[in-house]
Formats: sequence, C-alpha cells, structure tokens
Amino acid sequence: MTDRRGGTLREQEGRAGLALISPTLVITLVVVVLPLFWAIMLAFQDVRLINIRRVGVFGHFTLENFSYVVSEPGFWTALVNTLVYTVAGTGLSIAIGLVAALALRDRFKGRTLVRASILVPYVAPVVAVAFLWETMLNPQYGIVNSWLSEPIAFLTQAKGTFLGIQVPVALLTVIAFEAWRYFPFAFLFILARLQALPAELDEAAVVDGATPTQRFRYVILPQLWRIIALLSVLRFVFTFTKFDDVYLLTGGGAGTEVVSVRVYNFLTARDDIGASAAQAIVLAVVLVVFLVLYLRFFSGGEREQG
Amino acid sequence: MSRDRFERGLFRVLKPLVIAFLFVITAFPFFYMVTLSLRDIQELILDPGSLWPRDFTFDTYANVLTKQGFLSFMRNSAIVAVSSVAITLLISIPGAYAVARLRFFGRRQVHFLFLAVYLFPAIVLAIPLFVLFTMLGLRGSLLGLILVYSAQTVPVTVYMLRNYFETVPQSVEEAAAIDGCTRLSTIWRVVLPLSKPALMATGLYAFMIAWNEFLFALLFLVEKRESWTVSLGLSQLAGSIEIPTTVLMAGSVVLTLPIVIVFFASERLLTEGLTAGAEKG
Repeated sequence: MTDRRGGTLREQEGRAGLALISPTLVITLVVVVLPLFWAIMLAFQDVRLINIRRVGVFGHFTLENFSYVVSEPGFWTALVNTLVYTVAGTGLSIAIGLVAALALRDRFKGRTLVRASILVPYVAPVVAVAFLWETMLNPQYGIVNSWLSEPIAFLTQAKGTFLGIQVPVALLTVIAFEAWRYFPFAFLFILARLQALPAELDEAAVVDGATPTQRFRYVILPQLWRIIALLSVLRFVFTFTKFDDVYLLTGGGAGTEVVSVRVYNFLTARDDIGASAAQAIVLAVVLVVFLVLYLRFFSGGEREQG
Repeated sequence: MSRDRFERGLFRVLKPLVIAFLFVITAFPFFYMVTLSLRDIQELILDPGSLWPRDFTFDTYANVLTKQGFLSFMRNSAIVAVSSVAITLLISIPGAYAVARLRFFGRRQVHFLFLAVYLFPAIVLAIPLFVLFTMLGLRGSLLGLILVYSAQTVPVTVYMLRNYFETVPQSVEEAAAIDGCTRLSTIWRVVLPLSKPALMATGLYAFMIAWNEFLFALLFLVEKRESWTVSLGLSQLAGSIEIPTTVLMAGSVVLTLPIVIVFFASERLLTEGLTAGAEKG
C-alpha cells in the first residue's frame, strides 16, 4: 500500500508498523493515558459533578484536596488496613499456591479433577463468589455458622476474641477470601515453573542422600525464588488497589475500609471528585514507593540467590 | 537415613491430606452454591445445616431469570462481552503483528506501555472516566463500558498474540509475499489461520474480563436497571430482603456457569498463554 510513496524498504516497514500499532496506541491513549493525566489534574482542583463544566480542564489549582483528605478521619486507618490486607493476602495466597503446586506436582489419580477444582475460585466472577461467601458465613442461616457452637458474624463484626486474644474478625475474613480467591493464580505460575525444572538436579540430590525437606530447601526453592518474587510484585500491585472484593464482602464496614473503597465513596456518595482523585493519587504514590523500595531491596539480594 | 525415611513417610501421609483439603475448600463452596440454588427458601431457614435439598425445585431459576430480570442482564453481559472481544481482536491483531514482525520507531518502548497499562490501578482510572462519561451522557449506555474493557484488555492480548505470531515461520510469510500478497492479506491469509489457538485464547480472555468485571459496570450503569450486567444485577439485588437467598443463588449459578464452561473449554490455551513468561525463568 505504501509502495508508491517510495522510500527504502526499511522506511516502508517502519510506516507499516506504526500504522498497524496505531489503533492500539490510540485506544490506550484515549481510555488510559489521558484519563490518568486528567485524574492528576482533578486531584489539584476543587471539583464536584455540579461545577465540573465551570471548572474546566485547567481551572484553579490547589493543594486543598490533599490536606483535606489526609486530615479526614479514617484515612490513615484505611491506609493501614490496605497495607495489612495486601501484605497478608499476597503472602497467604502465594504460600498456599506454593503448597498446592508442590502437592500436585506429581501425577496421581484424579489430579486433573483437583487441578480444575483449584482453578475455579480464581476464574469465577467476583460478585458470585463474594455473594457465596456472604451466604455461607451468614450468622442466621449460613452453613459455616451451623457447624459452630456459637454463630460468628464474620463479615459485620469488627473485633472478637479468639483464644483470649482480640482479633479483627472481618478484616481476617476478607484476607482469607483474598487468599482463597487468588492462591490459584500463584499455583498456576509456580506449577508451570516446577514442571519446567530439570529433573537431574533433584535426582542428583536424592543420590547424595538429601531428605525431602533438604531437597526442597536447597534444590527446589532456590529455583523458584524468581517466580515467587514476580508473583509478589504482581499480587501486591493488584491487591493494594483492589476495590471489588472488600466492597462486595463488607462494603468497607466493620474495620475493613481500604483506600480504594474510600475513593469510591468520595466519588459517588459525597460527590467530591477532587478529594476522591487526591486519595487515589495518594494510594498510587504509596504503591509506587513500596514498589521502588521492594525492587531496590530485591535486586540487591537477587545476585546471592541466583 | 532414618530422617529421610521419617520425612518420606510423613509426606506420604501429608500429601493426600493437603490435596483433599485443597479440593474441599475449592469444590465445596461451589457444590453448596448449586445445591442451595435448587431448594426452597423455607428449607434453608428451617434447616441451615443441610447439604442436600429434600425437594429439588427449579422455580428459583424461573424466578431469577424472568421476575428478577436476569435474562435481560445476561443479554447485556453478552452484548458487552462479545463486542469487547470483537474490538479487542480487531485492534490487537495488527498491533501484535507489528510488534512481532516490523521494525518501527518506538517498538521497544511499546512493551513498557503495555506493562504499565496492565499494572495500572483501575480505581484511579475510574474517576476521570466516571466524570467524562457523565459529561458526555454516556453513563447508562453499554458503549462506554465496551470501550473501557477493550482498552484494558488490548495491551495484554497484544502481548499474548505477539508471543504466538513470533512462532509463525517467517519463510511462510515471505512465500506469501512472493506469491503477491500484500502485508494485510499476508496477515489475513497466512498468519491468522496459523494462529487459531492463540486467537481463541485471547478472545476468551477478553470475554472473561468483560463478563466478570464489576467496578466500571457499577460506576457507569447502576442508575439504569435495564442496562445492568449480570455481575452488577446480582450485586445490587443481593442487598434486598424481598428476594430469597436461594433465588439469588440461582442467579450466581447463572453468572458463574458460562465463565467456568468457557474457561475449561479453553483451559490449556489460556494457562499456557498466561504462564508463558514464567518458564523462561
């Protein structure tokens, strides 16, 4: 098509490449990149849905949203909740995923069935599984509570005592949900890596008389560190800004409010676009800071672990 | 040697237990979902601990599909999901081909853009898009949702397809060029027929994202009931006291079943695409 316009073949190739990639670039630019910049600008403006047209894109800029959001009651608690929820959810889902991958590594009868069953929580729509958990944990007619001597309001009770220790019931339930729903993700990645490992190393270790735990510790785990590190980053990023799970399970009540749920509430219930955007930006900045710290820490340690 | 024997024995016992545990925690909730959807609400209230319905009833499904409007929710979800798949493929096929085959200005930087979009938090995007769609009057229309879903899946699908296109031998394409194919007809007649599994996988991935998504559906459609998707419909009705839980459970089955079927029909394709990067170490 561009033949007639001349230029070298290499130039034609470059033009064709740009032409073919341009729809991709346009849609990401329009629906992702430009809105991002707008979100940043909104965070520095006093905007509500009512006055949005008057404010315009380059209205009066101010830092008020940030000082307002940060001093608003509940913000710091929500940030701490987000962090606890993310770290615990990420850690647990990867740990269970690792155990599952190790258990399903070798063939056994019914492995396909178990493997399929494990993947379902991850594949099923979040709304359906959240509703399922809500029903199963319901204090009146939930099946889980029918097994307990005393019903527990898993999703609406902020604090309870367990073995004499005070525990945040709802937050732990939400974390358990996170671990249950996302361990299949870790499982898939770790199993793929496990099955790609050369068998010779493991066999050599057996010949050398290494016990199963020693083989895991010194032969298998060192080869899994990189995929575990990658999974940690992915899960951390996804969970830190996750909205659906907490919103659907508790609506952010009972001590489970995370920042993303606050962002949503400011946007819809309070109709305070500026403050909502400011909170989202703070959340994103905190996430980036954690990522930079992590990558720095990790890329330092990677050389030793190989 | 005795430690070795002890550990081997221990793991021989532990492993089936772990496998059984994993099976129960993942399979039991869905088993419960299905059996709960098949009984009357009275039965649940009188005997919450029972696992098997005494009387099976399909009234719950009739109720949820017609009276609660899940049929029209399903139609909306299907429109959104199928359109997203079509747009995603239409955009990402040429994009992936360009990244896989052609040297153009900025080709290396494109990867970074994709990674950024993939990792980018939806909640940050939700704000400006909510404002924009309110201003444009696109709230309540499925079109805005389709656009957003396509934009969110395109970077990932370009990446998935690129990996596959790279495995298509270049000599086949050159042969097509010699036979007089232009670049576009080479893609259409040679590359795409050779990439059917990858196209299936990417299409199903886009379908799953669009069918399952909740946040944007909530933000854009919540005020207009006739536009609700199945996910949104279930989440909105879950709070009401008038609709029996067993009826809503039937709704959950209706929401979950298509995705589970789609996933297992294509599982091999999907998981291979998803974890392809993992195997490089």
